[in-house]
Amino acid sequence: MALDKPYKDIPGTTIFDAEQSRLGYPLNQFCMSLMQAANRARFKADERAYLDEWPMTEEQKQAVLARDLNWCIRLGGNIYFLAKIGATDGKSFQQMAGSMTGMTEEEYRDMMISGGRSIEGNRRIGEDGSAQAHRQPQGKAGRKGGA
Amino acid sequence: MAHITASVYTSHVPAIGAALDMGKSGEPYWQPVFKGYEFSKQWLRENRPDVIFLVYNDHATAFSLEMIPTFAIGCAAEFQPADEGYGARPVPVVMGHPELAAHIAQSVIQDDFDLTIVNRMPVDHGLTVPLSLMCGQPAPDNYEWPCPVIPFAVNVVQYPVPSGRRCYNLGRAIRKAVASFDAPLKVQVWGTGGMSHQLQGPRAGLINREWDNAFLDRLIADPAGLSQMPHIDYVREAGSEGIELVMWLIARGAMGDESGPGTPRVAHRFYHVPASNTAVGHLILENT
Repeated sequence: MALDKPYKDIPGTTIFDAEQSRLGYPLNQFCMSLMQAANRARFKADERAYLDEWPMTEEQKQAVLARDLNWCIRLGGNIYFLAKIGATDGKSFQQMAGSMTGMTEEEYRDMMISGGRSIEGNRRIGEDGSAQAHRQPQGKAGRKGGA
Repeated sequence: MAHITASVYTSHVPAIGAALDMGKSGEPYWQPVFKGYEFSKQWLRENRPDVIFLVYNDHATAFSLEMIPTFAIGCAAEFQPADEGYGARPVPVVMGHPELAAHIAQSVIQDDFDLTIVNRMPVDHGLTVPLSLMCGQPAPDNYEWPCPVIPFAVNVVQYPVPSGRRCYNLGRAIRKAVASFDAPLKVQVWGTGGMSHQLQGPRAGLINREWDNAFLDRLIADPAGLSQMPHIDYVREAGSEGIELVMWLIARGAMGDESGPGTPRVAHRFYHVPASNTAVGHLILENT
């Protein structure tokens, strides 16, 4: 019998459950290794070679090289682990979070200063809020990139 | 006998630590956040505990996916501030209280809560940011936190995380454990994390001011009822990372309720949006 996962109907949200964790194990452990300064330096020097030391799928490696955090999350990444990549790149948590919305840094920061993303229309898939699939990408950064 | 005097609830946003460490606390963006803690710093100086039992979550720092304890109690003599990828925060080493921690572990495990005993655990912003907010920056000539701290890490990163009800009942077991410790210690229990925030996906940046404030109201007046709220309500209404708020129920369970010694007094309440991606909520409750 399938387990009840009521969180599957929340738009723009991936819950890091045991299934995602299983998929993402090597990806997240790679991220964990970046907590050591020497590993950060080796990764920066040759990202591809460093990634090849890990038993990650080719798609996981591509997602890391592209710094596409939504892609990484689909493949089992968890934001607190992925944040180590951002830290290695000198990015703040706000820059990382914003990068997943298609907004520019300024657009995302302005949204937060004016009270954050509204819950209205963003509780369930099928509503019309800003996080819904048909409203992506949300800002200039996404449109510029043609994503 | 030891007893719990008060509880403190606060968000533990990493950017708050970074703002303090880089001397940005006076900037217009950060001023309203720190203003909300001015009372709290004074209150802590006047109500200094002997030990802080600090409930927080590890953010893939001490615990990778190799091991994921649901509840981990730090029983060591000291805990180092962690390098989370930006270098370690320039804050004092956290001194533990091994005797009380071991006593609580012994009592609470016998009350059917499966704690993991941890003796080596670097502590991340989840633990050090609340200390910075409540204690301020320690003076160079007296470079230490005001008292020993027992770190208590809760898994809220990988689902399923413990339910609100389990957290609340764990708090009650901690209250009982503290009351049976044979030394006249004043203990504060802090619950940290939250409030509404989501750090991932196209829904990143979610804030739900109305829900957050209703949570604060119920935490004060109806914690047993609040503890029945299912996970899905936290995630849907307060964002995927808003689930951290279950940790506040551990601290609230350790305080008085209708079963005794009575509803605590609200000494301070504060709410502000935003700090980086997050709604900052803060409460101080005193046992009467």
